Amino acid sequence: MPDATGLELIAHDLGEAVIETVYFRERATLEIDPAAIRPTLQHLREQGYTFLASVHGVDYYPEEPRLGVHYELLDMSRVDRITVKLRLPTDSPKVDSVTDEWPTANHQEREVYDMFGVSFDDHPDLRRILMPEDYEGHPQRRDFPIGGEPVIFTYDEAKWLESRE
Amino acid sequence: MEVKREKLSGPSSSGQPLGSAPLRVESLNTSQLLRGGELEGANQPAHLEGTELERYVEERMLTTTLDSAVAWARSNAFFPLAFGLACCAMEQFHAAGPRMDIGRFGFEAFRASPRQADLIILAGRVSIKMAPIIRRLYDQMLEPKWAISMGACCSSMGVFNNYALVPADKFMPIDVHVPGCPPRPEALMHGVLKLRKMVQDDPDMGWRERYDAVGTEEIVPGA
Amino acid sequence: MSPPTPPASPPTLSAYRRREQSITLSPVEEPLEGGAETTDELLTLNFGPHHPATHGVLRLLVTLEAEIVRDVKPIIGYVHTGIEKTAEDKAYWKVIPVVERMDYLAYYFNAMAYIGAVETLLEVEVPKRAQYLRVIHLELNRIASHLIWLGTSALDLGAVSIFLYCLRERELILDLFEMSSGARMHTRYFQVGGVIEDIPSGFEPKLREFLKVMPERADEYGAILNSNEIILQRLRGTCPLDAETLLSLGVTGPLLRAAGNPWDLRKAAPYSSYEDFDFKIPVGTVGDNYDRFAVRLAEIYESVKIISQALDGLPEGPHITGDRKVALPPRHELATSMEALIHHFKLVTEGFRVPPGEVYYPIESPRGELACFVRSDGSSKPARVHMRDPSFVNLQALAPMTRGSYIADMIATTAMLDPILGGIDR
Repeated sequence: MPDATGLELIAHDLGEAVIETVYFRERATLEIDPAAIRPTLQHLREQGYTFLASVHGVDYYPEEPRLGVHYELLDMSRVDRITVKLRLPTDSPKVDSVTDEWPTANHQEREVYDMFGVSFDDHPDLRRILMPEDYEGHPQRRDFPIGGEPVIFTYDEAKWLESRE
Repeated sequence: MEVKREKLSGPSSSGQPLGSAPLRVESLNTSQLLRGGELEGANQPAHLEGTELERYVEERMLTTTLDSAVAWARSNAFFPLAFGLACCAMEQFHAAGPRMDIGRFGFEAFRASPRQADLIILAGRVSIKMAPIIRRLYDQMLEPKWAISMGACCSSMGVFNNYALVPADKFMPIDVHVPGCPPRPEALMHGVLKLRKMVQDDPDMGWRERYDAVGTEEIVPGA
Repeated sequence: MSPPTPPASPPTLSAYRRREQSITLSPVEEPLEGGAETTDELLTLNFGPHHPATHGVLRLLVTLEAEIVRDVKPIIGYVHTGIEKTAEDKAYWKVIPVVERMDYLAYYFNAMAYIGAVETLLEVEVPKRAQYLRVIHLELNRIASHLIWLGTSALDLGAVSIFLYCLRERELILDLFEMSSGARMHTRYFQVGGVIEDIPSGFEPKLREFLKVMPERADEYGAILNSNEIILQRLRGTCPLDAETLLSLGVTGPLLRAAGNPWDLRKAAPYSSYEDFDFKIPVGTVGDNYDRFAVRLAEIYESVKIISQALDGLPEGPHITGDRKVALPPRHELATSMEALIHHFKLVTEGFRVPPGEVYYPIESPRGELACFVRSDGSSKPARVHMRDPSFVNLQALAPMTRGSYIADMIATTAMLDPILGGIDR
């Protein structure tokens, strides 16, 4: 990980795009403005972070802005990791896709779209990936009910059958 | 079929040259038997008459109804569908593996095509995207067909009681549920053998009387 | 070739024909434009979720020109279980069995990634003995996973007997797991702060016996498969992909190592005492299917080396952290100590609380970089658990690998990719 000073230097280079830097348990996180995601990743790539390990979403309910997208970057030559995070409001969850520069983000952004509803502009193929195509709702959001079936036991089978009629 | 042990220098009844094996298995056909070929003792069937002959033949023949015979044949020759969804599929492999061999019972012919299979073992969790496909597979299987729901996830919801899963009972009739997460290969074998017994004899396996649970037979979904 | 447009229906067409012609493919499923030198026809074939290959319910939409693959689109989600959603609903302790069932061949690895993340958040220290025990079980699980990979891949390529041989070895490993934890799969052996129980007394001799037997058996597999003309012809030179493209696709693990890049988290960023062990990383040269096969086969030997070193150097000590706020106290203390009873009660009913924060913890699983992201909001249930599964990302490499090769090569490549649908779909 870059240490706290290294993180501050990177944040300084990025300038206005950075909203906050967090150095927690020896891991560095940069929170940036969603509009600046592509230049930020480009800049970090020039700094050596050439491997995008993961793109995943987080729901910060009930804090606004609610939907977050995290990009985990890895510098293989120096074994350094850094997280870039951005937060989007629920009413307009749109962010630029980074798939053309980082092909690994293809399926991962589709998963964020499927699970959280964040749409990625200029994604080559933004469809649901894990849920059926015609599913409604975004399951991983915190206010989506967990669902499930009541388990039918032998002793109350008759009651359950009646309730279904 | 009778097994005859012969000394190497002894005569052979079928006239074949003596081989190097000390044990020779020969199938004597009925005419030779009745002609009283090589049988020892005084019970030469050629000399039996009337009721004694009938009794001799009855002792050596098996009579049954056609239904039972067909059920016996079906139950000893399940062709499971090679269908594994998730972790239970790994234990299904082990049930077909060398230690806990499903081939001992004759069920090692896992067919890939549902048209050729008659037993579908749902091994793993059934998600909502997969449920219509499983139903289509089940519909493509030819009668008579049976279904075993292996593991907790498809029998009930298992560990994951959430939006993404469907218990198998909801969309297809299941004959045997095998609990476990994942069930040991021995448990799967127990389930398959229970199914075999069900097919061979009466589906009622007796526990319903013991637990005073008569009338709690399987729900037919959609009925 | 432009998408088929329904013609102005002449009155002689039957209802069936009219319906057939009215079906338009969705823009994604349409066949590729151009690229057909020999024929004009591109066929879209559906390798449906149910197929004889034993890799789980992976659906591939293959666009074919005669027998050459022009494009592959994987469609997944057929075993999506909502693991991440379920994990938000349960206490930290109870998430471990849920998360274990994700990548169902590497269950210890799933647990390790999640537990590592939680331990980082809690800043709890794992005793050395527990770390060595974890390494032993992780490497045993790696061997078990590679054995199933070998068995099912050989089954795909037609060598049916290897499957049974691999299951024979895997039975030995599962016996060891049953000895240490009580269950063959999904054992819940790893807990936050260590392992749930120390190994029993018969474990070590049985493990040593296994370690003696395993390299010989791996030699057997190598001998059978490496001298088989069919296997060599199907694997050598088929579907290579260079390390650059793999890195841009986010691929890690044996696939990347087969292409020549020796990236392995056990060496690069050691966790759980991996730095104490001396082992090599097998690396391929060309990056074709044969290299992927050879790299995984060689990893079995390296895992055996690691396990024997861990067993020889197994230190004495506790098997779980002594911090009672995180780990259950030993049962005998419950009769004498009031604090132990209270801790036990709190841990079992509510679970421990984790300070708020976000952590991403990566480890090296048999398929690549498996990482767990845990976000905690200070309560006793995680606010977000995300598993970065290697197969999910590696699957994106299937299309670049197989473009321009035959269908049979595509089958072999899917086998060598080692996709585990449980991890892909979560």
